[in-house]
Amino acid sequence: MDFAKLRNKAIKEWQALWSGDKPLILIGLATCGIAAGASAVLKTIDEELARRNIKASIIPVGCIGLCYLEPLVDIVKPGYPRICYSQVTPERAIKLIEDYLVNDNPHPDLALGSFGESTVENIPKFFEHPMLKPQVRIATRNCGHINPEDINHYIAKGGYNGLNMALGMYPEDVIKEVEKSGLRGRGGAGFPTWRKWDEARNSKTTPKFVVCNADEGDPGAFMDRSVLEGDPHSVLEGMAIAGHAIGTSNGYIYVRAEYPLAVRRLQIAIDQAKKLGLLGDNILDTEFSFNIDIMQGAGAFVCGEGSALMYSIEGKRGMPRVRPPRSVASGLWGLPTSLNNVETFANVSPIVTNGGDWYASYGTETSKGTKTFALTGKIGRPGLIEVPMGITLRQIIYEIGGGIPGDKPFKAIQTGGPSGGCLPESLLDTPVDFETLTKAGSIMGSGGMVVLDEDTCIVDVARYFIAFCRDESCGKCVPCREGLPLMSNMLERITQGDGNAEDIEQLIDIGETIINGSLCGLGNSAPNPVLSSIRYFRDEWESHVIDKRCPALVCKALINFYILPDKCAGCGICARACPVEAISGGKRLVHVINQKKCIKCTTCLEKCPERFSAIVKVTGEQIEVPKEPVPVGANK
Amino acid sequence: MSTDLKSQMQEVLAPLQGRQVVLIPALQAVQEKFGYLPEVAMEEIGRVAGVSSNVVYGVASFYAQFRFIKPGEHMIKICLGTACHVRGAAGLAKSLERELHIEPGKTTPDGKFSLEEVRCFGSCALAPVIVVDDQVYGNMTTTKTKEILDEFR
Repeated sequence: MDFAKLRNKAIKEWQALWSGDKPLILIGLATCGIAAGASAVLKTIDEELARRNIKASIIPVGCIGLCYLEPLVDIVKPGYPRICYSQVTPERAIKLIEDYLVNDNPHPDLALGSFGESTVENIPKFFEHPMLKPQVRIATRNCGHINPEDINHYIAKGGYNGLNMALGMYPEDVIKEVEKSGLRGRGGAGFPTWRKWDEARNSKTTPKFVVCNADEGDPGAFMDRSVLEGDPHSVLEGMAIAGHAIGTSNGYIYVRAEYPLAVRRLQIAIDQAKKLGLLGDNILDTEFSFNIDIMQGAGAFVCGEGSALMYSIEGKRGMPRVRPPRSVASGLWGLPTSLNNVETFANVSPIVTNGGDWYASYGTETSKGTKTFALTGKIGRPGLIEVPMGITLRQIIYEIGGGIPGDKPFKAIQTGGPSGGCLPESLLDTPVDFETLTKAGSIMGSGGMVVLDEDTCIVDVARYFIAFCRDESCGKCVPCREGLPLMSNMLERITQGDGNAEDIEQLIDIGETIINGSLCGLGNSAPNPVLSSIRYFRDEWESHVIDKRCPALVCKALINFYILPDKCAGCGICARACPVEAISGGKRLVHVINQKKCIKCTTCLEKCPERFSAIVKVTGEQIEVPKEPVPVGANK
Repeated sequence: MSTDLKSQMQEVLAPLQGRQVVLIPALQAVQEKFGYLPEVAMEEIGRVAGVSSNVVYGVASFYAQFRFIKPGEHMIKICLGTACHVRGAAGLAKSLERELHIEPGKTTPDGKFSLEEVRCFGSCALAPVIVVDDQVYGNMTTTKTKEILDEFR
């Protein structure tokens, strides 16, 4: 099949869709959108359109990254630009159909922004939104704009052009273009992509494999999921180009089992690409054939590590092995394998299409291009972003993320997941690239960024990550298998108020032993969250082990709840809500918490009406309160 | 009963016969069908994959996805990912345990609910989240979880 023909047909269909006389409705149906209620909105829109007998095209799209504003619905009314509406409920959807589609009110009050050149009165431009303005979207170029289940949308937006061009190039030249781009592994380690391809190409052993690592295991990270759900073809195309460059027709994509929607969309995408001759045998009538099989992970974090991932595909326990040999020499079934991450592959087609120099025009000296991040935690605008390398953490948190809700003070940003570290305020002007983050004691990692404010306990976060790695350690290396439980027990003890001054040095000692004595990335980096947080937040660690205080009021054993007698109105709401009956009182009596019974679940604090705000949470201090309930006002 | 189970299992496994990648997809197919891995699955999968049932069990027990006991009617998963953790998932997990009177990994005596702890669904912007069957519920509080449980009771 001739590619130009395919593309022309796709573009024609796409243009007809956008400039026809039917309204077009785009609705964000990635996991996050669905969780926010997008399916119910879709159903309502369907019903309402049918009821009013309005003919419209509805396109389910992926995630554009504004997760905190989901569900997002875009409406393109013939003759008007595309307008995006945020936090659309079924009721709002009905209103928009009635007021905008039927009548002519575009509802600026509900609109987030408009796309394209022409504007609508009182509606800002979508990409002027502070969360979007600093972004450069390459890997996520199509997310939120096309139907991920329709290959023609992808082709119309320039998709498979890179593959078509690559097939007309010598594999060496494709690799050279990727070298020029400076693209480095987006899974976290930052190994130059071209070098992996080059080594795999030069290996004499056959068959070879291209494997896509979509085992996005870092808790707090969802970049790969967004790309797979929103634009699966971009990954498949990148893999096919890699197959051509390396000289193989075998591709595997290893997706974590927790992403069922991504798996489903990938399968649809593979089937569609095969049908059009863009995957499978003799792609675009050339000699080149390439097949991709999906392999679902089974819930083991360590399988994000290259050698473990390959053992897992082979049907073995996912336990990393000694390297060298690296997987380009001896990977899947002992054969040369190039393993690259989802985001890496998503960047490949634009690099081939626009040239390596174009890609390298973004970013810093050593880290070229863009990087996606999942911005979460205590942040005003959580979501998925793609920014040029070299942007500062401060820009990400305050310009893009909108700062911390309630203007609370920033405490730390955790980057790189369980292998990364917590960076303090003083490092916020650090430019984000592979080298700088490593030097600061954290890592780029796959791109999770969790913002912590003063209500987050740094010791508790460290305890959390160590417990995670303890559970996920495969058990092969003794320092990792035995050291992490040791650290975990110590951290448990510290958060229980039983720490002592020597604990901090001992944690550092064990941590360094684990790093030095483990084979794979999991053990090599598991102690990072502890070591980096001791480095930057020693005061808070000392509060825990010496003063037995938790300044962030998180560690349960170190905090207490009290009902302030001069504020309690005796309404009884807290006593009824308490799950362990630790609150005594009665009508118009000042209520009292039995400290021995209290499990510090925070329910009373949540439930106490704001106008009273009678319940306080404190650490390291005792508040004078009556021992028994007394009449309200008796203490005044 | 057992022969019935066996024949159903053989039916599930038939399409995997002779494929290059067998073992983990086979375990997944059986769990998808039965909700867990019955003991007889080890032998049947071993036959298809060409390995002993010991090896099959060794692999199955390595991965967190596989269950060896029958789950309840509704599977409740609480996310303990980082974003959920800093937004209070630990307290939420405790409240679920209190509500259901079971520990994570267990099923209520009436077979109605199973509780599992999971690290990250990638719905971090909605943290904290719980997942009931396959439906994700975001921005959870202890009060909201109780309401959701009541819907399934």
